[in-house]
Amino acid sequence: MAGAVRRLCPRGPRWGHPLNRLLPYPLLSLGLFATWLLLNPPLTPATGLLAVTVGWLVPFVMRALRPEAVRVRAPGVILGLAGHVLVDVVQSNIDVAKVILGLRRGTRRTGFVSIPLDLRSPYGLAVLSIILTATPGTLWIQYESNTGRLLLHVLDLVDGDAWVRRVKDRYERPLMEVFS
Amino acid sequence: MTKADLPAWGAWLVVALALTGAGFSLTGAAGLIRLRTFYERVHAPTLGATLGMALIVAASVVFFSVTEGRLVLRDLLIGLFLTVTTPVTLILLGRAATYRDRAEGNADAPPDP
Repeated sequence: MAGAVRRLCPRGPRWGHPLNRLLPYPLLSLGLFATWLLLNPPLTPATGLLAVTVGWLVPFVMRALRPEAVRVRAPGVILGLAGHVLVDVVQSNIDVAKVILGLRRGTRRTGFVSIPLDLRSPYGLAVLSIILTATPGTLWIQYESNTGRLLLHVLDLVDGDAWVRRVKDRYERPLMEVFS
Repeated sequence: MTKADLPAWGAWLVVALALTGAGFSLTGAAGLIRLRTFYERVHAPTLGATLGMALIVAASVVFFSVTEGRLVLRDLLIGLFLTVTTPVTLILLGRAATYRDRAEGNADAPPDP
């Protein structure tokens, strides 16, 4: 199987190491394996064997797309970031619900914030877009890859600079450590 | 599903989670009417796609785990795939609105980043 695929698309990623030849995308394999097991409970030898087969063989299809290699580091930072995001998502859900139900006192200003990003990894930017979109109250409008500037729409804009600091310190810095 | 399969505490927990989640989703839907501009309105349905969805998925996980007598985490995949795909729709909507507003020269068009 591996040999046949290699003849079809000879310029795959990182073919030097024998382990890479056997497992081109280990993270994808792990994800597919876990997904298969979650979809087909309970765990029996048969479903386990199928999960291993799917996790091993399906990533070879990905080789045709030749995605950029992803290197994920600093598992501790990932956990910390996930914790921050979880808290922020719940908090901003409650905040936006208050705005909609008219429970927020005082005048509310809505507007755009321009944030200069140093993060350049496409995977890091993709995760950042998921974080900012999953947080109600912030909307990803435009990212300019030439200048690295991100335009964000904020529903409850009190202080623009505070948002710049929040995105840079809370999300961008950990993401740069993870996808360095 | 009969009464014997789901004990009272399980039923209460499932109802509490599902109703709270549905409440957040409903609030998000109401936001589509209550908020005024397009850019404000796009924020509203995110309530249903994040916390509303998470609570309803949690209710489903509790329900199937209690009735089947083992941990059923299958539904977490719904949460995973919804979270990963929602930004695509929202960013496309935002980009389309930005393009339209700039092309028409509207006063509330987003500034250049």
